[in-house]
Amino acid sequence: MKGRLPLLMALPFLAMLGCPLPAFATHPDECRLPDSHTEVSFPLPQVARAVADKHLTVLVVGAGSSILPGPNGVKRAFPARLEQALAAKLPGVEVHVATDVKARRTAGAMVKTLGAALAAAKPALMIWQTATVDAMLAVDPDEFSQMLDKGINTARSAHADVMFINPQYSPRTDSMIALGTYVENMRWVAVQQEVPVFDRFGLMRAWADAGTFDFYSTTKKLDMAELVHDCLGLLLADFILEAAKVTDKATDKPGEPHTESGR
Amino acid sequence: MAPVPVERDLRLDLFRGIALWLIFLDHIPSNAVSWITIRNYGFSDATEIFVFISGYTAAFVYGRAMQTHGFIVAAARVLKRAWQIYVAHVFLFTIYLAEIAWVAHSFENPLYTEEMGILNFLNNPDVTIIQALLLKFKPVNMDVLPLYIMLLLWFAPILWLLLRSPSLGLVVSAAIYSMSWLFEWNIPAWPTGAWVFNPFAWQLLFVFGAWCALGGAQRLARWTHSPVTFLLAVVYLIFAFAIAMTWYFPPLGFYVPKFVGDAIYPIDKTNLDVLRIIHFLSLAVITINFVPKEWPALRSPVFWPAIVCGQHSLGIFCLGVFLSFAGHFVFTEVSNRILTHVIVSFTGIVLMVAAAALISWYRQIERQGPGPRPPATKPGYAGGDV
Repeated sequence: MKGRLPLLMALPFLAMLGCPLPAFATHPDECRLPDSHTEVSFPLPQVARAVADKHLTVLVVGAGSSILPGPNGVKRAFPARLEQALAAKLPGVEVHVATDVKARRTAGAMVKTLGAALAAAKPALMIWQTATVDAMLAVDPDEFSQMLDKGINTARSAHADVMFINPQYSPRTDSMIALGTYVENMRWVAVQQEVPVFDRFGLMRAWADAGTFDFYSTTKKLDMAELVHDCLGLLLADFILEAAKVTDKATDKPGEPHTESGR
Repeated sequence: MAPVPVERDLRLDLFRGIALWLIFLDHIPSNAVSWITIRNYGFSDATEIFVFISGYTAAFVYGRAMQTHGFIVAAARVLKRAWQIYVAHVFLFTIYLAEIAWVAHSFENPLYTEEMGILNFLNNPDVTIIQALLLKFKPVNMDVLPLYIMLLLWFAPILWLLLRSPSLGLVVSAAIYSMSWLFEWNIPAWPTGAWVFNPFAWQLLFVFGAWCALGGAQRLARWTHSPVTFLLAVVYLIFAFAIAMTWYFPPLGFYVPKFVGDAIYPIDKTNLDVLRIIHFLSLAVITINFVPKEWPALRSPVFWPAIVCGQHSLGIFCLGVFLSFAGHFVFTEVSNRILTHVIVSFTGIVLMVAAAALISWYRQIERQGPGPRPPATKPGYAGGDV
């Protein structure tokens, strides 16, 4: 037994040696993964309409993970990247991405200012990044779900489609922030309200598994953070246009996705 | 008075041991191996197994104590056990604080500015630590022991009732469960919210376990061994499995009729949703149909590792929580490849088994050592922990 113990302790190191170190991504094109983690489940009819009308406005409502620190924080964060990506993919369509982003906000806090933000931007799509702060503050999960419902209803009465972005995968802090319940509640609200969820958590985890990024790394530099946001913007654009296409099919055969889910 | 069984059912130790392993695997954040645990394939998870079996064994050990030595002695022992669990919880909290302080000191990444805000509570340790001692502040994955403490605090009176009238005891428990749903009873947590495991709801499973131990299981035998129940259980498990698959493959959500979604969501873990109870009961029905009490394999070396862990549940549970912290530390500081996840998970379970074997060995030499032998009914010596 004595001889085996050092071997056991060495196993994690051997594991590291056994697996070749991954080459981390250096370009946003490298973050498209073969099996999609962002499959579209529900359509975005208002977006489809707006694209057809050649004028698409998106409002990103979010907290601290929708922005990056530093003087270029807004320009390099995913909402601005999304605007670029959408514009590139939709030639001839005027694309504008407005933001209502402020750190440390719960879903409830965001709902309070939602009416004004929607009235100002008049978006066809509201992208709602939330749940992280609620989990950190351990907000009552029921209350969290109710706030999500309320936000969706507010956006819909302002004629905007809604899409969720769930929390970031943050391996260093995941023993401290109990995301589970909030991510699940968000998924449930989304299924009930037929709102697509951009699974940022699953996507980032898949990146970590594939070696695209090392989310454990300790750094003050913004390189990786900026590239991650660039990738998020790009994949969000893919996701939104995919969801808009679902609606296209629906208009060919009226109401197909809805009846299927309502059967 | 309800009879208290004399011989310990090894199946309880086996499944509690397995539940402890699953809880350990689930508690390592981002652990790839946790894909194998039951929570991914249905509504209930290892917590239900752990709480039910703990109730069963508590009735087994303290029921006998109450019949031989009376209410006061048995109640005193239950409270002593609650105190031991409290001490264990505070010990684990200290280890947790050490981990947090380490991360706060060593980690920085602009991608996670928001998430790092969680470390702000280190700025006022006075409040945090006092709230933790009051069981109001409970870090992630440290909710099971406070639940266990609350369950034991009121166990003596309910056990007294169960021994006199098992049905009445169960009815009282079910009434408290229903009231907690009706009036939203729960214990407040700090800084906001309520307990993750609502003791008013979860006590139902603990008391149901105790009720089964005190003759309920025999009374139910006609139902649990009927082919109709078995079939219903299988159908329900398939239904839960199908729903669980839609969580991982959202496009499958299209095939869930809206009225089904409206009826089942949210599946409330905090308040022990009825869907979770039924899922647990279905698993239990299928298990007892396949694994009879006198199954010879229960005494074979294959099942010994799980059984020995189940027999020393408090120690092994705490070790599991500690090992999950340690495992996360390995992922963070050494390597986070899938192979490391497998090695860390496997090593953790081996360490849990080794520790359980060590505790068994200690108990044995303590019993053989000089001085008076501890009484046979003393909790912890009756062939295992409560």
